[in-house]
This record gives sequence, structure tokens and C-alpha cells, in this order.
Amino acid sequence: MGDLSLAHYLTVAAALFTIGVFGVFVNRKNVIVILMSIELMLLAVNINLVAFSVFLGDLVGQVFAMFVLTVAAAEAAVGLAILVVYFRNRGDISVDDLNLMKG
Amino acid sequence: MALETTAFYILSAIMLAAALGVVGARNPVHSVLFLILAFFNAAGLFVLAGAELLAMLLLVVYVGAVAVLFLFVVMMLDVDFEQLKAGFSNYLPVAVLVAAGLLIELILVGLTWNRAGIAPESLAQPLPRDIATNAEALGHVLYDDYVLLFQVSGFILFVAMVGAILLTLRQRSNVRRQSVSQQVGRKREASVAMLDVKSGQGID
Repeated sequence: MGDLSLAHYLTVAAALFTIGVFGVFVNRKNVIVILMSIELMLLAVNINLVAFSVFLGDLVGQVFAMFVLTVAAAEAAVGLAILVVYFRNRGDISVDDLNLMKG
Repeated sequence: MALETTAFYILSAIMLAAALGVVGARNPVHSVLFLILAFFNAAGLFVLAGAELLAMLLLVVYVGAVAVLFLFVVMMLDVDFEQLKAGFSNYLPVAVLVAAGLLIELILVGLTWNRAGIAPESLAQPLPRDIATNAEALGHVLYDDYVLLFQVSGFILFVAMVGAILLTLRQRSNVRRQSVSQQVGRKREASVAMLDVKSGQGID
């Protein structure tokens, strides 16, 4: 692996995860960008899993990263479907008045 | 500096910049394009770490499917994006606070965490030495020991697909749809008639 260590990957993943959390909080109105920020956070988790898998020499981390990828894809599909239905009913996608479930 | 290290720094710098672009771009279409850039660079990091199959999957699943889905939805929804960005500066202090807190926490964890020496027998699936490619090694593990989880993840995707279709399928009342049973069930008498028409007169 040359000079690269586990800490390199963990640092990058931590920064990416922080940017994802930042995106969720700063884009309070735009659900699409919130979903994209969640994808960024899942990507950071995947980088962690792969880094640990490679540097500890255990292949299970990569298997788990693959499952995370699967669930992330399913989550994106269902989330965007909900978003489309919400837009159809409301005409906008603002999160501020996202309280339809209160009845 | 070794080539690997240089590549690592370039890839991760571009990835983090693209992630900031996702969060901060005014136009969500630009956000999606930045997301694609971030995923490409993450795939490069995976290749660098030696996880080629996951890098490939990241490109196929994320860039090929998820990002295109995002792009499709962004373009399909006719939203006033300027208005959505309106609260950006309001939420900025809270967001910076939360992000800084989280980063400090992660740094503290990183500083105090100490990697104990791990006994080789405690590894669930040690990286095989005799198998050349990452894909083959992963395939052996996935199809031998995790085949049930693999099937379950396929089922999750199936359920998600059914759910997404069910949510977005809409029956419009003012659209004339083809009714196959009505077409097939049509009798000859209802549609064709033999008439004796006198020449020059026509029928009404």
C-alpha cells in the first residue's frame, strides 16, 4: 500500500461524513439535496468499511459495504418515489410544512 | 512522495470538493453532477485500496442508476429552486455548529482509538493470498458464507422496486386506455353490417 495508512482513509471518510451532515442541516428546505447528502454519508461509511477491510485483512468488510450499497440504492428509489408523490399532491417540495402525516 | 500517495491526495481532495459542491450548489442539477464526480473519485479511492469490485459496483449502481434517478427527478419536478435556497443563510450557523461538533468528536475518536494487535484467527474471512482478483475472492465469500444475506438483499431491492412503482403509478381518469378484454370480446354483429345500397344514394 505504499505510504498510505488506515488513518488516511479514516480522515477522508470523517470529512465526507461531516460534509453530509452539514448538507442535511443547511439545506432544510430542499429534500432532493437532503437525500443526496444522505448518499454522501453512506459513501463515507462505505469508505470506512473498505479501508478497515483492506488494512485489517478481512474480506467481510467489503461484503458488508456491498449490502450497504444495495440498501442505499433501495432507499434512494423509495425516497425519490415518495418525493414525486409528495410533489404531485402539494406542488412543492419544501420540508418546512412536511407534516401531512399529522392528519 | 510515492505515486499512490499522490493519487490518494488528488482523488480525496476532488471528492471532498465535489461533496461541498453537492451541498452548496444553487442548482440541484449541478448538485447531482457534483455527486457523480464525488462517486467517481470514491471509486478511484476504492481501486487504490484494492477493492476493485466495489469500485466497479459504485460506478454501475451509483453513477449508472442512482445519480441518473436523481437527475431524472430533479428535472421532472418543476420547483422554484431559488425559493428553496432562501433559508440557506438562516440555517448556516446551526449547520456549522453541528458539523464542527461532529468533526471534533470524530477527531477525538481517531486520536484515542488504538488499534490492538488482531490475532489472525479472529478474522472472519482473511484476505486470501492465493486468489489473484478481488472479485473472485469476494465472490467466494459472498456465495459460500453470505448467500442468504445476498438473496435477502435482492429481495429488498425487489420490494423497493414494487414500492416505488406502486407509489408513483397513477390512474388518470381523463385518459382513454386500451381495454384488451373489450377488444377481444367484440362480436362480429356489433361492428359489421351487410347493407344493400342503391347506387347514387349512399347511407346515413
